[in-house]
Amino acid sequence: MRLALKELIRRPGRFVAAAVILTLISVLLMFIGGLLDGLLDSSTGAFRIQRGNLIAYSASSSRSLPRSRIPVEIKDQVARVEGVKSVGGFSTVQVAARPESDPQTRKLIPTILIGYELPPRGLPGDSLDKGSVYADSALKSRGIKAGDFLLLGSPRIPVKVIGFVDDSRYSGQISLWGSMETWSEVTQAVRPGSGGTDTVQALVIDDTSDNPEAAKRIEDATGASIEVLTISEAIDSLPGVATQRSTINQIIGVTVFIALVVISLFFALITIERTTLYGILKAIGASSSTLFLGVTSQAVAVTLLACSIAGLASVGLAVFLPPGTLPFSLSVGRVALSVGLLLFAAIAGCTFSLRRVLRIDPAAAIGE
Amino acid sequence: MSLTPALELKGVRKVYDVAGQEVVALDHADLVVGADEIVVLVGPSGSGKTTLCSIAGALLSASEGTVIVDGNDITSFNAKQLTTFRRNKVGFVFQTVNLVPFLTARENLLVVDELAGRSGNRKAALKRADQLLGELGLADRRNNLPSQLSGGQRQRVAIGRSLMNNPGLVMFDEPTSALDSKTGEHVVDLIHHEMKERGTAAIIVTHDTRITKFADRTVRIDDGVVST
Ligand SMILES: Nc1ncnc2c1ncn2[C@@H]1O[C@H](COP(=O)(O)OP(=O)(O)OP(=O)(O)O)[C@@H](O)[C@H]1O
Ligand SMILES: [Mg+2]
Repeated sequence: MRLALKELIRRPGRFVAAAVILTLISVLLMFIGGLLDGLLDSSTGAFRIQRGNLIAYSASSSRSLPRSRIPVEIKDQVARVEGVKSVGGFSTVQVAARPESDPQTRKLIPTILIGYELPPRGLPGDSLDKGSVYADSALKSRGIKAGDFLLLGSPRIPVKVIGFVDDSRYSGQISLWGSMETWSEVTQAVRPGSGGTDTVQALVIDDTSDNPEAAKRIEDATGASIEVLTISEAIDSLPGVATQRSTINQIIGVTVFIALVVISLFFALITIERTTLYGILKAIGASSSTLFLGVTSQAVAVTLLACSIAGLASVGLAVFLPPGTLPFSLSVGRVALSVGLLLFAAIAGCTFSLRRVLRIDPAAAIGE
Repeated sequence: MSLTPALELKGVRKVYDVAGQEVVALDHADLVVGADEIVVLVGPSGSGKTTLCSIAGALLSASEGTVIVDGNDITSFNAKQLTTFRRNKVGFVFQTVNLVPFLTARENLLVVDELAGRSGNRKAALKRADQLLGELGLADRRNNLPSQLSGGQRQRVAIGRSLMNNPGLVMFDEPTSALDSKTGEHVVDLIHHEMKERGTAAIIVTHDTRITKFADRTVRIDDGVVST
C-alpha cells in the first residue's frame, strides 16, 4: 500500500486523466444532489418547520391541500382525542405580490399566504395582528426589509412584513405567514366566494401519544371525514416531490455507475501495464492481496482527491450563487453521501482488476 | 561444508502443457547444493535452466519429485505458502534488471522488508540496505532512481535486493548477459565476494567463463536432464 501511494505521489502524471474525470463526475453528483435538495427544500419547508407531527386533509381531497376543506367543528373533535396536545388550522392562498415601493412592477413575486394557528418553529407564539405577516427569508433577495409593505393580488391588499423565517417555502413559492383573519381577508378579496372562517384547508396536530395508531384513532374520532398523515407522508404526497426525488435519484444512480465504469477501466488498464512489475513484486514475495490493496488504495486516494476538489467547487457555487437564481442547497449529508457513493464505486470498480492481479504469474517475471 | 544443504532436488519433473502437448522442461532432475556452495548451471537454450531455478526458488511447483530448500520441504506448498517462503528464504537476480522504476536504489532494497511486514524495525532495514549498497559500491547512488543508473549499477541494486532478506539460497539467471564485458566482470566479482562473505549458496545460470572459474562446481543440463 505504501508502495502504491509512493507511486501516486512520484508519478502523478499517469493518474491525472482519472482524477480529472472523477472530479467532473463528483462535481456533477454534488451539483445534482444539491439541486434536488434545493428543489425539495423550496417545496417542503412550510411542512418541515411545523411543531406538530401530523397533518390532516379532508378525506375526499386525495391528499391535496388546495382541494381540502375541513369544517372547524372537526377541529374540536380532534382536540378531544386522547393524546392530542394541540390542533390548529392551516389554510393557504396563492397570490402574486408587489413591493409597495414599486406598485407598477411587472416582476410579480409569487407567494403563498398561509394562515396558521399553531405557530411553527421560527414564528412568535402569539397570533399576529391582522395585516401583519412573517415572510420566508428568500424574500430578502427581492429587496424587502422588515417594516416594508407588500400589495397582494389584483386588489392590492397591503400586508406589512414584520419579520422573516428561514426555510419555510411551499411548492417553490415564498411563504407569508399570518393569522387566520389575515388569510380570510386576503382570500375573500382575491377569490370571492371562498375564504370563509367556517372551514380551514388542513389541520396541524401535535399528538404526544407516541402511538403508531394515533392517526387512525383521530380519523375514527371524526367519522373518517379527514385523512391524517405524518409530516413526512404529507411531504411525500406534495405534488412533484416524489417524482423529483425519484428522477434525480435515478440520475445519481447512473452517474455513480459511470464512475464505477471509469474507475474499473482505468485501473484495469493500469494493472495490465504493470504486469511485469507485479510479476517481479510477486517473485520477491508480494502477495496478491498486497498488490490488490495497492490498486484499491490508489483508486480511493484519487477518488478522495476528486471529491475534495468537487466539494470545494460545490461550496463555492453554494456561496457565490446569487440567492433566488437556482434552487441549490448543499448539505454536509449530501456531500458525505456523494463521497460515500464514489468510494463505493472506486472499490467496486477495482474488484474488476482483482482477477487479473491474482492471475499474474511470478514465474513469468524471471523469463523476460 | 556445513549441515543442511541449501537445496535438494529429488527426481523433479516439470511438464508444461502447451496446446494439449506435453513439454518436459525438467526430467527427473536430482541436484544437491551445499549450504555455501556456488553452482554454475550451463546448458543450451530451452534446456530447462530457468525452470530449474524457478522451482528451486519457490516460483514454480514441480509436477513430480521432492524439493527441499534449506531443510524445508516445499514440494506440496500452495501458492500462498510459496509466496511467504520466497519472501523470507530465497533471493533472485533476473536476466533483465527489473527494479521498481519509481523507487530509488535504496527503496528498491527496502521494498523487500516492507513486503515482509518487517517495517516495524525500519532502522535495522535501513542499516542493512545502506550496508549492502556500500558493499556494492553504490553508497553515493542510493537516492537515484533506476533510470538515473547505468546497466551495471542497476544489476548491482538487483543483487542487493536479492540479499536483503538474508536468504540461504540465491538464484542468478544470466546475471551478466545484458552487460558489457567490463561491467560484467565487476558484477561477477561482486557476486563472488558477496556469496563467499556471507556463506550463501547460489545457483548461477551463465556461460560466462569468469564465473565458471570461481564456481565450486558446474552442472550441465540438456533437454531437462541434469548431469553432474
Ligand atoms: N510457461 C511455459 N509454458 C510452456 N512451456 C514452457 C514454459 N516455460 C518454459 N517452457 C518450455 O520449457 C523448456 C525449458 O524452458 P526454460 O525456460 O527452462 O529454458 P532455459 O534453459 O532457461 O532457456 P534459455 O537459455 O533460452 O533461457 C523449453 O522448451 C520451454 O519452451
Ligand atoms: Mg532461461
